Amino acid sequence: MNVPRYWRSERTRYGLVGEICRSCGKPIFPPRDVCPHCTDEGQDVHPFGGKGQVYSFSTVYDAPAGYTEYQPYTVALIKLDEGPLVTAQLTDVDNEAVHIGMPVEMVTRKIKEEGENGLIIYGYKFRPVLESKSSRPDRF
Amino acid sequence: MKPLREVGIIGYGAYIPRYRLPAAEVARVWTEGHAGLPVEEKSVPGLDEDTATIAIEAARNALARGGIAAQSIRAVWVGSESHPYAVKPTSTIVAEAIGATPQVSAADWEFACKAGTEALQAAIALVGSGMTDFAMAIGADTAQGRPGDALEYTTAAGGAAYIIGPREHSLAYLEGSYSYVTDTPDFFRRPYQHYPEHGGRFTGQPAYFKHITHAVEALLQELGYTPGDFAAAVFHQPNTKFPQRVAQMLGFSKEQIRVGLLAPKIGNTYAASSLLGLTAVLDEAKPGDRILLASFGSGAGSDAFSFVVTDLIQERQRLAPTTQAYIARRKPVDYALYVRYRRKLQMH
Amino acid sequence: MREVSIIGIGQTQVGEIWERSLRDLAVDAIRAALKDAHLERVDALYVGNMLSGECIAQQHLGVLIADWAGLGPIEAVKVEAADASGAAALRMGYLAVASGVHDYVLVCGVEKVTDVDAETANAAWSSAMDAEYEAFQGVTMPALAGLLMRRYMHEFGVAREDFAPFAVTAHANGANNPYAMFRSPITAEAYAKAGMVAEPISMFDAAPLCDGAAAVVLCPRERAADLSNKPVHIRASAVATDRLAVHSRRDPLFLQAAYLSAQKAYLQAGVSPQDVDLFELHDAFTILAAMSLEACGFAERGKAVHLAKEGGIACNGRIPISTMGGLKARGHPIGATGVYQIVELALQLRGEAGANQIDCRLGMAQSLGGSGATAITHILEA
Repeated sequence: MNVPRYWRSERTRYGLVGEICRSCGKPIFPPRDVCPHCTDEGQDVHPFGGKGQVYSFSTVYDAPAGYTEYQPYTVALIKLDEGPLVTAQLTDVDNEAVHIGMPVEMVTRKIKEEGENGLIIYGYKFRPVLESKSSRPDRF
Repeated sequence: MKPLREVGIIGYGAYIPRYRLPAAEVARVWTEGHAGLPVEEKSVPGLDEDTATIAIEAARNALARGGIAAQSIRAVWVGSESHPYAVKPTSTIVAEAIGATPQVSAADWEFACKAGTEALQAAIALVGSGMTDFAMAIGADTAQGRPGDALEYTTAAGGAAYIIGPREHSLAYLEGSYSYVTDTPDFFRRPYQHYPEHGGRFTGQPAYFKHITHAVEALLQELGYTPGDFAAAVFHQPNTKFPQRVAQMLGFSKEQIRVGLLAPKIGNTYAASSLLGLTAVLDEAKPGDRILLASFGSGAGSDAFSFVVTDLIQERQRLAPTTQAYIARRKPVDYALYVRYRRKLQMH
Repeated sequence: MREVSIIGIGQTQVGEIWERSLRDLAVDAIRAALKDAHLERVDALYVGNMLSGECIAQQHLGVLIADWAGLGPIEAVKVEAADASGAAALRMGYLAVASGVHDYVLVCGVEKVTDVDAETANAAWSSAMDAEYEAFQGVTMPALAGLLMRRYMHEFGVAREDFAPFAVTAHANGANNPYAMFRSPITAEAYAKAGMVAEPISMFDAAPLCDGAAAVVLCPRERAADLSNKPVHIRASAVATDRLAVHSRRDPLFLQAAYLSAQKAYLQAGVSPQDVDLFELHDAFTILAAMSLEACGFAERGKAVHLAKEGGIACNGRIPISTMGGLKARGHPIGATGVYQIVELALQLRGEAGANQIDCRLGMAQSLGGSGATAITHILEA
């Protein structure tokens, strides 16, 4: 069981929670103690909005141990609206429909299970943006 | 039943997975296509979805509509018959994911298909007593039916979340509720069993119909209403026929249940079933609409609620995806892929 | 600082070596290198290896291999830098001799991955990435390369088929290397039809994970001529790093570490890319070969595929690469690869490369860890 390891980063993984550097003001994901931009310490917690675009993607047909159940799946580099690139799986998408520039949004999904008796590990993935308004004409 | 302090729905959110299994697929595999079909198709969760992930998205949608900080929610309660863990709460995962921890009460509820409305009753009581201002109740499920069983045509996945708060902040305020419960074992699942047992036709008259009609009639009597006073009514939907028949028995018209009747398109989402019907109705509701909600949970019981929609509905409907938007997001799968997605393949 | 020379080389067959264990392979390579150097004892052993812990539950490789190779109670440690472990071990050996701490040093790269199933080896290899924020998402090394290749195709307007010359060239060269895992040439048509590993990375874009061991013996240059009639001199040794995760890099399509380590190496050797006669680069994936050529000054940004298409990377081209098959055809025994590159460069510079012999005086080898977060460049001279 790798419980402490996953527990420690739940907030980051469940909700795409990163940081803003107090010195240079740049958004940071994943969170780190030393700002990758200005190397100063001291970051403020910052939940990212979860919207972004596909920067690049690759469909995995040959998954590593622990992920074979989910193959084929598409992994992507997502350019978040706030700036950082994030590596994440895409979900709820036809692999052949993915394209660079595709607007995506963060969802929390199962990443893997530590066997039938083990922990279920959840984390961020991205899916094509779902229209938030219904298709019916707006009557207001 | 009425709380001391008037309460209502501050925010609501739906979630329905993307995949659909047409009932004809089940019939093709198990009856060479000769079975009658209780629904057109049902929603099927993806490989990376479970009750927790479904509840999280519904909860986020409810928060978006509620317009309140997650930290102000003091209870996150998740009703389901398919919690990912036998021991370890789904609700802590949901509360953590939406940012409601740690100043929050969290627990899982179990009462078959009415676990979600039971959580709703409790949320109403918590806010209605004045203990807190905001509480979240969620019904979510990834229901399982034994391959070839009648249930396999309908057992579906989905979730709906509600934030209960003071009436003055609500998009629909509560007029009253009523719960009716007896020990009626029409459907059950023993520990360590993957699939539930059900009583066949016994799930109908002595279970579903008796409990819903008693609950609704008692609520109407308490409030002094007749079916004609409601703009819409939502009943638990194990299939297409049952909610239609119970509506007819109680004197509700087809038009009154039309918007909230989702079973034909998504199947029986168990703890989410009637609650998703209500999200669909709220998506299209107008200020002043009176809405009846009546759940049914095997074992057995029914919770009935009467809500009246307020002016706040208009600005909040559009703040999250509608129930119909999720229904329209549809990817059909065949029986083979369904078997894989629902982990019915023996891998080891 | 003393100048350092290579006076002995040894390598084993690369591939799925079912009969030989990790220690057997290392000992084979070491014995061959010692024999080539006409030496029996050395002062220190540096072992380059990445996956012995994950694949055979064996760490403490320095002493294991010194013990089993009969090297006595010498200084012996394992050096790890993912795929660049072998090159990192050479770097440590180079520093030890150059500094005057040791006179005779053995560097051995060894990897054994076929004792576990492919999924386990694949997952182990993924530990070269950021385990928490890349591998955790189910990203494999081929998928990481796929992300780079897809973006490269998008930004520079090239097609997947444009990468075929890298694979075709590597296989053509590997056909003449008796130690190579793959000794059959492939065609551009076969490349186009290859099955996908992590789209757009096909099996012909990806080097095979496999077993193997290679070793070299180092000594101060002033003593090299006494021990070897064909010493090869290390003119430069340079290491640079980049952000570990691809998503943290300023420009994911530019191998900053490869650029920096090459620049440091050029400076140390007092040479420029034009002076380099051949370049053993890290073609774990075709896209990495292209990006390496660009980072090291052999092609402009986005132009490496054109260089390859025009035959510039063949043995008779402007800058021959993968002359003994590269990672693609010789095989990629991860922690051993960096030492194989050095052994192959030495063969070329000694004029012992057989059918693939290039008329050369100055050769460069560059080993990348993971997706290029570590880059280790060596320039050798005959």
